[in-house]
Formats: sequence, C-alpha cells, structure tokens
Amino acid sequence: MPIDKQMILDYVIREYLEEDDDTEITYNTELISGGIVDSFSMVSLKRFLEKKYNIQIPDADATPEAFDTVNSIAALVERFVKA
Amino acid sequence: MAFSTTIRQAYQDELAGLRTAGLFKEERYILGPQGADIEVEFPAGADGRPVINFCANNYLGLSSHPDVVAAARRGLETHGYGLSSVRFICGTQDIHRKLEKRLTEFLGTEDTLLFPSCMDANAGCFEAILGEEDVMIADRLVHASIVDGMRLCKAMRDTYKHSDMGHLRDKLIEHQDKRIRMIITDGVFSMDGDLAKLDEIVALAEEYNAMVFLDDSHASGFIGKTGRGTHEHCGVMGKIDVITTTMGKGLGGASGGCVSGRRELVEMCRQRARPYLFSNTVAPMIVAGTLKVLDLVFASTERRDRLEANTNYWRRGLTEMGLDLKQGESPIVPVMLYNAKLAQDMARDLFAEGIYVVGFFFPVVPQGAARIRTQLSAAHTQAHLDKGLAAFRKVAGKYGILGKGKREITEMYGK
Repeated sequence: MPIDKQMILDYVIREYLEEDDDTEITYNTELISGGIVDSFSMVSLKRFLEKKYNIQIPDADATPEAFDTVNSIAALVERFVKA
Repeated sequence: MAFSTTIRQAYQDELAGLRTAGLFKEERYILGPQGADIEVEFPAGADGRPVINFCANNYLGLSSHPDVVAAARRGLETHGYGLSSVRFICGTQDIHRKLEKRLTEFLGTEDTLLFPSCMDANAGCFEAILGEEDVMIADRLVHASIVDGMRLCKAMRDTYKHSDMGHLRDKLIEHQDKRIRMIITDGVFSMDGDLAKLDEIVALAEEYNAMVFLDDSHASGFIGKTGRGTHEHCGVMGKIDVITTTMGKGLGGASGGCVSGRRELVEMCRQRARPYLFSNTVAPMIVAGTLKVLDLVFASTERRDRLEANTNYWRRGLTEMGLDLKQGESPIVPVMLYNAKLAQDMARDLFAEGIYVVGFFFPVVPQGAARIRTQLSAAHTQAHLDKGLAAFRKVAGKYGILGKGKREITEMYGK
C-alpha cells in the first residue's frame, strides 16, 4: 500500500494545530524538535497510523526522531507495511 | 567506572550548551523570609537588592504569616522535628490524619492522603488507580508532574488540545472500548493562568462515562467564592473523582501535597502509590502550619478577596498601558512578549527597577510564545502594585512595545 503523505500531513494539522494557528507545515517541517508536536502527544499520531495501515509500531521504533517529519514518518510506516 | 576526564568533559560540554542556548537556570538568593518585599542577592556575591516579588506562588500571602509561623513552632515542640519513617511504618501522627480530614472537608471530597509534594502525588496516583485496560486523556498544557505520572502508568495515554471540548469529546468517543476513561486537567494552568472549563468537562464525563482528575495546585485557597478551588468556581463540587493539590503555594507555601477524592481511589493510593510508600512522611511542623492555614482560610475570605481585587487592578493597569496579556481570571497574569531574548532582557531591566519577575520561553512554553509571568499576592499593597505598573510602563516603553500586539512585536524582535 502506498504511503499517503498528504493524509498524514492533514492529520498532523488537524490534531496538533490550533484553529487560529497559521504555521505552514510541509513534509520536511520538524514536528517534534520544532515544538509543533510534543513527544507526549505523539501517541495519538502513532495510533492513527497503526489503525490506518493495520500495522503495529513497537515503542522502540516510535522515537521522536522517527516521528520528526512527515517524510520520516512515511519511511517508518513503509518499513512496517512491507514487513 | 571512575568519573574520568572524558566523562567530566562531556558533562561540561552539555552544560556549556545550555548556557549558549540561553537555557541555563541560575538561582537567586533571597536574604530573609518570603514576602512581597524581599531582598535578593543576584548575581551570587552581589549586595542584596530590595525588590517587590511578582513571581512567587504566595497567593494568599501566608508564607511568613506570624500565626502560621507560631503554629509551626508549636508543632515542632509538641510533635518533634521529624519522624524518620514513611507513613505506613511509623510516620503517621494524630496531626497527619487531622490534616487529611480538614483537607477533605475543605475540598469537599470523601477522603484525602498526604504526599511529600504534589509532584509526588501526581507521579504516584495514576499508576495506583489505572491499569492496561484504561485510558488517560489529558489536556495538552497539564503540568510536567502529571506528564511524568502518566508516563509511569500502564494505561493508554492520549491528549486533547488545550481546553478544546470538541476535541475532548472526539477522544472520549474514540476510547469507548476502554474500561475506564480518565480526563486529566489542571484547574488553573500555570503558564497561561486560564481556568479549565470544569463544568463542561464534568458534563462530558457524565455523558461518556469517564472519571475526572483535577490538579488544583494553582487554585486551592483562593479560586471560587470561598477559595475551595476551580471546582467551586465552576459549580461542580463533589463531582471530581480525584483532586491533587499542594501546600507549597497558596496554602502556606512550605511543602507537601495530597490526593483527595473518592474513598476507594484514595485508598488505592495508600496501598499502591510509590511516592507515598517509599518516601518520608510530611514533617510535623509543616502539618501543624498547614492546619493553621486552613483555619485562616475557613475563617475568612478576606485574603482571597484582596487577591482578586489586586489581580483585577494589576490586569487593568497592564492592559491600559498597552501590554499584550493572556486573558484569564487567576492571579497568574502573563505579559506576552513572544521573543525569548526580549523576555529575558525585560525581566533583567525590571529587576534593576526593583521588580522581581522571570521570563519564560521554549521549552517551558511553546516556541514563539515567550512571556513574563507575573503573579499576584494578597500581600501586595496598592503601593506595590503602583510601583510595579510604573516599572512595566518604563521598561516596556524603552523596548517600544506599548500598544503593540503579537504581529508587531514579532516583526520588531522576531519569534
């Protein structure tokens, strides 16, 4: 299954930005190190991906680095979809 | 392994990194008791400077109240200095149980258990009462100690956007398959000073069969008509399942905290909460002092009324001079500056003017949301407030930000 980056980006915007927040987010925007998503709230993104792609991402792989950009998230998901 | 030169260098580099990033914290020495007027030695070795304190959690001005100090001294004489024990071995005195009963009455709950601090109460209670089949749904701006406590608990973790009831509802619907849903919130949010929408939270909890956890550390003693807390203010006394709070802020300011709420949940904490089981009991003199604090709070609302009047006066003064404030009703009044360096520079200049405030910036607050957090006290007099306002006008004028909003300030100084 191809990884839909736009869908991930849409989820990030909907889940993490306030309505009046006009921060522009691209596939390369640093979400965690940039302070947009805190590592604690990352859990809902992980669960969203697991449900959407019917995969299990072990906690050891769900690192702040792996979740830092939409591109790195897509790469992580792809690994588990293939596996 | 010895503390080798390489290891030492690694730590020195890390500390140097904190300094370079402007994140290094330095203590300022207060030469005397806590109060509105204090003398501060800063930097270390400098002569003491008299300043007005606008950054303490001394909301009711009871930290050095003579009646509280006298009660603590009596407690020292009648119950000793320490107990050399955790609570359940030989660390519980009659006054510990008496204070727990008084706090139960004060908070309008079923039972209460003391902890060494509210940090400990928050660190211990989730693990004690929730398990793998449950979910914790927390406001995204809850205090760091709650985040730590949630990390220690095996229940699933989720969050909702700050005070966004629609988002909370979505999360409650999403987690209907869980055994227990627990909504977790602060009463007053420590960095923004706004109040949780507790009435709406309780309504959602009833609709979606969830429990409610409230950390009321920045509210106990002064929020609500008789100072019982955010649950009194929002008309939901008796409907909160777990309340944690501290004796280290409005309620005397020494130390100690508690878990208060449903009898069975408090009992689970007594049986299982690790900071309760493995940490020393609260010192008798602090218990005796806090009992006196509660006597004062039960006897009169005069102090919380004065605090409210001071807060309104301060907020109005800062607004009228054209500063950009976070809106709210609590005695935490953040002056928004958005830029970290501006917040630090202004705090330094205000200190030179005899006003003690602190700048807050990322990662304590979100990126681009730097601010000076001012905190009011019932111990502030009209003269204190007027001197503080005059200093803010002078310093903010120097930086050209009076009458400016977020867009203009960030254009001038960057995010």
